[in-house]
Amino acid sequence: MIRWLLWIFGAILLGGIVHLSTVLAMPKAATQDAYSRLVPLTPVNAMVPLAAPTADASIMPFMDPAFSAAVCRYDLSGGSIKLNAPLSQAYTSVTFYTRNSVAYYAIDDRAAGRRAIELDLMTPEQHADLPEEEDVTAADRLIIESPTATGLIVLRALAPEPAMMPMVRRALANAQCRIGPVQ
Amino acid sequence: MRLLFGSFFTLMLAAAIGLGATWFTTTRGVAFGSLTIGAWKSWPKSGSTDIDPYARAAIARTGELPLGMGDGVAFYARTDDAGNNLDGRCTFTISGMTPAARYWTLALYDPDGRLVANAIDRHGFTSAEIIRDAEGRFAISVAPRARPGNWLPSGGIERFVLVWRLYDTPIGVATRTTKEGPMPAVARKACT
Repeated sequence: MIRWLLWIFGAILLGGIVHLSTVLAMPKAATQDAYSRLVPLTPVNAMVPLAAPTADASIMPFMDPAFSAAVCRYDLSGGSIKLNAPLSQAYTSVTFYTRNSVAYYAIDDRAAGRRAIELDLMTPEQHADLPEEEDVTAADRLIIESPTATGLIVLRALAPEPAMMPMVRRALANAQCRIGPVQ
Repeated sequence: MRLLFGSFFTLMLAAAIGLGATWFTTTRGVAFGSLTIGAWKSWPKSGSTDIDPYARAAIARTGELPLGMGDGVAFYARTDDAGNNLDGRCTFTISGMTPAARYWTLALYDPDGRLVANAIDRHGFTSAEIIRDAEGRFAISVAPRARPGNWLPSGGIERFVLVWRLYDTPIGVATRTTKEGPMPAVARKACT
């Protein structure tokens, strides 16, 4: 009896280890996460509009139907990325995700405070390599550090009414994401 | 022989416990630091680098991208205020007040996060298009058949999920009480 209790106790301990390690390994092992879904649909380092979710097809689950979205699947190994996103009338936001869908930075149009959201995305190493000149590090350019070399920039713009969707889409189509040095 | 059998039993049990717990926690949305207001549940930390391992695993499994913390907060409802499942064959009303936010949107999904097909192609409302009364309050009817006023078609599916997203809002990780965030009430009316 005691022997069986010991076996069961051991099984529970071991089960706990199995549970924790599978939970921690899941983001690395996932084949249907957001990044993997976007690989066949998006080129690297370019901003492309995403198809709006419909009842038949949705690129990702739980996409907001009132929003139009564009995505830039980035790879910083070739240099830092410049993002330029014109604002639409109602609400525009930019969210940065790591390769494993962790949102590490998000900014909306009001926080950006200008006619467009303009920023530079780079790895911490690239940031450290920037020349320490006053005008480069001046606050008029926003510099974001990406914790991973690859990831996603998702631009979202709200159409407050369905009739405004075409206008919002046109505004998003002008957004740019490309490799370029900090100026 | 006994040792062999015992260790085999232990390993099988351990695998069953471990994988079962992982499946359970990632499919049922067990994540720490949830904020519950009435029927609405939110995980504001999921939109930041403070996201816990369970939420990370759940997001990797479903393939969704959580709303970033500087962008907005999403509240999910799978039941009404009384705990009844959201059944597309019943009529539900959503009414009351919303927390401060520049914009909000409401959307209806099936449990897997897909939009639900309907004749008028409406999948949700935004704060700009909702019809309000003189005091600024609103009532939304979620029902399989047309209703006057703000009608959100549920397509008659067995289970649906409502997602309320607040954009540019002070609601977030620091929110503790329902006083700061008065979320709309969800109540079941008639079932057909």
